Amino acid sequence: MSDLLRRTALTLLAPVSAIVVAMIITSALIAVSGGSATDFLSVIFSVPENRLIVNMINQSALIYMSGLAAAIGFRMNLFNIGVEGQYRVASYGAATLAGAAIFPGILNVIIPILFAIVLGAAWAGIAGLLKVTRGVSEVISTIMLNAIAITLTGYLLNKYGQHVGNGVRTTPIPESSHLTGWYPFTRADGPVWTLAILAVFLGVGFWVVLNKTRFGFDLRATGLSETAAVASGVKVGRMVLYSMLLSGAVAGLIWMPAFYGAAHSYGTAFQAGLGFTGIAVALLGRNQPVGIIFGAALFAFLNEQANRLTIETDVSVSVVQITQGIIVLSVVVMYEVVRRYRIRLEQRQVAEREPAPPPAPEEVPA
Amino acid sequence: MSMTAKAPKTPEARQMRAKQFNNTWLLFGIFGIVVVSFVRVVTGADDLAATNTIKAAVIATCPILLAGLGGLWSERAGVVNIGLEGQMILGTWGAAYFTYYYGPWMGVVGGALMGALGGLLHALATVTFGVDHIVSGVAINIMAAGAANFLAETYFADLSGGGFKQLTGLDRPGEITIPGISDAATSLADQHWFLISDLSSFVAAATKEVSTLTILVVVLVVATAWILWRTSFGLRLRSCGENPAAAESLGVNVYAYKYVAVVVSGALAGIGGTFLTIVSSSGFTAGQTNGRGYIGLAAMIFGNWRPGGTVVGALMFGYTDSLPLRSASAVHALLLVVAIALIAFALLRVYQGKQLAGAVIGGFGLAFGAWWLLTDSINRDLVGLTPYVATLLVLALASQRLRMPAADGLRYRRGQSI
Amino acid sequence: MADAEAGSRDAVRLRGITKRFPGVVANHDVDITIGRGTVHALIGENGAGKSTLMKILYGVQRPDEGTITVNGDDVTFHSPTDAIEHGIGMVFQDFMLADNLTVLENVVLGAEKLRGIGDKARDAIAEISRVYGFGIDPDVLVERLGVGDRQRVEILKVLYRGAQIVILDEPTAVLVPQEVDALFDNLRGLKNEGYTILFISHKLDEVLAIADDITVMRQGTTVGEAKPGSVTEHQLAEMMVGSELPSPETAESTVTDDVLLTLDGVTLTDERGRQLLSDISFTIHRGEVLGIAGVEGNGQEELVETIMGIQAASAGTVSLQGKDMTEWDTRERREAGIGWIPADRHRHALLLDSPLWENRILGFQTREPAVRGLWIDRSGARTDTERIVREYDVRTPGIDTLSRALSGGNQQKLIVGREMSNDPILLIASHPTRGVDVGAQAAIWEHIKTARRKGLAVLLISADLDELIGLSDTIEVILRGRLVAEVDPQTVTPQQLGSAMTGGDDDEEGAA
Repeated sequence: MSDLLRRTALTLLAPVSAIVVAMIITSALIAVSGGSATDFLSVIFSVPENRLIVNMINQSALIYMSGLAAAIGFRMNLFNIGVEGQYRVASYGAATLAGAAIFPGILNVIIPILFAIVLGAAWAGIAGLLKVTRGVSEVISTIMLNAIAITLTGYLLNKYGQHVGNGVRTTPIPESSHLTGWYPFTRADGPVWTLAILAVFLGVGFWVVLNKTRFGFDLRATGLSETAAVASGVKVGRMVLYSMLLSGAVAGLIWMPAFYGAAHSYGTAFQAGLGFTGIAVALLGRNQPVGIIFGAALFAFLNEQANRLTIETDVSVSVVQITQGIIVLSVVVMYEVVRRYRIRLEQRQVAEREPAPPPAPEEVPA
Repeated sequence: MSMTAKAPKTPEARQMRAKQFNNTWLLFGIFGIVVVSFVRVVTGADDLAATNTIKAAVIATCPILLAGLGGLWSERAGVVNIGLEGQMILGTWGAAYFTYYYGPWMGVVGGALMGALGGLLHALATVTFGVDHIVSGVAINIMAAGAANFLAETYFADLSGGGFKQLTGLDRPGEITIPGISDAATSLADQHWFLISDLSSFVAAATKEVSTLTILVVVLVVATAWILWRTSFGLRLRSCGENPAAAESLGVNVYAYKYVAVVVSGALAGIGGTFLTIVSSSGFTAGQTNGRGYIGLAAMIFGNWRPGGTVVGALMFGYTDSLPLRSASAVHALLLVVAIALIAFALLRVYQGKQLAGAVIGGFGLAFGAWWLLTDSINRDLVGLTPYVATLLVLALASQRLRMPAADGLRYRRGQSI
Repeated sequence: MADAEAGSRDAVRLRGITKRFPGVVANHDVDITIGRGTVHALIGENGAGKSTLMKILYGVQRPDEGTITVNGDDVTFHSPTDAIEHGIGMVFQDFMLADNLTVLENVVLGAEKLRGIGDKARDAIAEISRVYGFGIDPDVLVERLGVGDRQRVEILKVLYRGAQIVILDEPTAVLVPQEVDALFDNLRGLKNEGYTILFISHKLDEVLAIADDITVMRQGTTVGEAKPGSVTEHQLAEMMVGSELPSPETAESTVTDDVLLTLDGVTLTDERGRQLLSDISFTIHRGEVLGIAGVEGNGQEELVETIMGIQAASAGTVSLQGKDMTEWDTRERREAGIGWIPADRHRHALLLDSPLWENRILGFQTREPAVRGLWIDRSGARTDTERIVREYDVRTPGIDTLSRALSGGNQQKLIVGREMSNDPILLIASHPTRGVDVGAQAAIWEHIKTARRKGLAVLLISADLDELIGLSDTIEVILRGRLVAEVDPQTVTPQQLGSAMTGGDDDEEGAA
């Protein structure tokens, strides 16, 4: 039991100390640049308003899915930097299809969502195929694909979208396809989007697949030791492709809650940058489904609380980005430190259990 | 490289290899100019190789090239530096701040210092703490973007020409014109003769109103190539990227070299940011790097972890990045350039016995050719795709020939394997 | 033993060297004296502490206790640089070369101050290469060199730095016989020039052939010294392993007539067109142990990987119980009942950062009790891991311990236990007792013998000739990717086998 306690403590040590370190550095930075660190801390750690709580929940859901998408690759040592491009392509495609309103009622939700999944998977699959067949590093190919996705969707949107005023957007979906959601407080505080529930399903699914299935085991084994995985009969190339497809499929869903809940069209309402946030959150949560929940909630919390900085203090909103960056960097450093400590600890335990037999040298006449 | 009497064959062989290598890139360049020139004459899209086009291309190339050089330093020492983007962002702020108060050359120093700071962080995380290189780089990019925004809001908002997200009206570094040559070259270039005018455009671009910072970039390229390949310092640095255990067994302080490499890498990216702030534009804007750090990394990989190749890769990105801003007809003509280049490359592959690769590339080439034939214009946005697609194609088709440092991106712990 | 006098005669003296790692004492009370201008052999089994000792002498690691004296001066090495300054150079067992750099660059690295990195250095290398007949081109990329040439580059590195004392860590492990001969010629040449050579090995015949003095290590300490003239191989072996040779005995034959594994003309060619395996054919029956003898690096790994389906044979067929399985993938082969104990357990057999019970699933991802259908059977896997821990005497605090934390011997017992699960019909065992203590070794042998009695077919690859002879019913000798001889373990001696492995058919190595 004390062993379990120690393990838990060790697991929590890294994120907690990272948050503390980040807060200290951020405060110091604010103080040095002439701001008030106490103002910053009091705003960040104040109880959020209802409206912000709703936003936090919604944002957590989006960030969480993005974190999962990244984590699927990370668990296999695949750096899918391309979540950003994948969910952009998928969001544009789904929005266009849903805006065309070809399908009646709920089908105009289901089919575009499936389309988003397929598009996200396909976009990630390009990087997967390039890696498996041509040995191209997924880091660089997904970065290229991100740039291509931004340009391509921009071009298509410009060419085929509705130009409204200064902006351009896809055709808004009919009212019958809106999935606004549930109002936990007053209507003015806004709804928790219906499709935010997707995050829950995906989280549970990720956990089950990773920890309970053969496929998940193969995936983790490949990430832990590719050579051992090959020797155990895992076809690594196939696993790379599958996990890229899976990662992209999840990425395809990231923006869907916001699309059906509030935006209703792809355009200025599109929330970019979630892909990169997802990477940070996956790292923060150690690529574990439960850990990523905390990571996503923390990031959403910081983002929303930071919005109040401008109103209530002189401190810039951007400061929270520094906080987030420091949290990520210090958490990965701390995880590494804890990992080394844990290995030493276990080795010592084993050594206590099995003391090295005292070698008995004996003189042998030469 | 002189020849010696004692080992007559080997230096010669080495020289030949070196020559071959240089020749490859030289041929590559000449071929490129000939194709562009040919297409220009055929299509009448004179902007393809006008002096101003080339100047714009060079200006667009330099920041990418600096990031690429930064990547080269870091990766040759075995550290993947995806944090180049963040270091570049830090550089833009540092350059703006220092230029505002102390002038453009101190701005260069400031940009380099801020970039180096980002590099130092990356070195600390990857070398000392053994954090995965990609992970650390991503974290640095997040942090740097936030830091630059925060610092801009804090320090620029109240300045003249400043705002929450910008600081404009900064002094630029001086420009150099070589009077006689530049005028002669300009008039030759205006004749639009095949090849001669195109080469003159280059000469004109290189002699008229050249930013001194651009010259610094050229110096840095040459210096990088010389330091990394011609000095014992460079040999040691590269050995850390190839086989750090071997280097350590010979008394090389691997950690120290990695630190130096990554800090220099960050500084170069920072100068890249500086270039954006005080040469490419007239001030700092939040988010003005716009992914150029990543592109620099891609240019370096495209160039096979070599200075010459990195220059070619950066030029490709810079040219296609700047061209659409100048001329729509030139953009359309670019399709033909791409088509011819791809078909030539395909023929080369077939000649080398790679029929399949040749067929695939040739197919792409014909597709581009058809596109050119069947359309009159092309959307500017799509041209921006060219370098990215080209990079993907190059990686897909030539990845076997690319040779990254053997221990690139791997964690190294002191005393780990001896 | 006046120190001053000894100092003038001895190149190196180690006194009372002790080195501890967490949970392990790698060296304790080591005393060695190495005379100047001699070839001094340090012998001992794997895990006897030879390599640690050499790393201490080369400044890679620092001793916890004891003194090092070089040419009469007490020294403390903080890094290899210090050792190099005192004229000590080391040729590592795993070559420390950067493939993508030239010979010149590899050699001058770290010693640029001597002659720069240009033509002066190139001339010096060419000169050394000429004097000792190395025949190395300074400007060729190391990746283009063969094993023997790489080793000469390593020696070049040491000589270039002006080292007078050259340490060679198991230099013959990767060499074929001609290369061993060439190496020994090189070493004799160096000795005649006044160099001091410290030669680490566990191959007795080689040691007797080249050494002037021999020091024996066992379990981390020096246990004796000898002169080649006055000691026999058997005596040396006894000093190395203790009072008696752990000689496995063969019970009566259990070989049946049922053909289990057949290789027919198996050939493996790499992408550069070199033949790694040439026309390998053999048959293993139920209840038979086929031993593969050979110097490491002669195709053993490739043979195993081809049988396991990790590498695809370029020609020939592999059949299991009469069914052609050449096209099967690794998982199908495992499912058909092939167990595998790989040579490199860290790379191929374990998830080091996973608990023991998850390691039980590795290689059995499609089979009960670890897995049911598409689902991991956690309790099944855990129960069966507990069984392995019990039956194979794996010393561990529990099955939730990370496998990284176990000692090598216990990791190996876990692997053997796992691969013996689900009643395999064929076991491929590469060096099954390497780096394992004597008790575990005996236990592993016993498990293999028991399984054989029940009809298990075994392909045994081992560098330990006693193990091969003791366990095998038939022994095939592999040399440069070919099976070159078949010998009967009942009648063959280790000496005969040794010379078959090295391609010579007589005792020209001069084993006493």
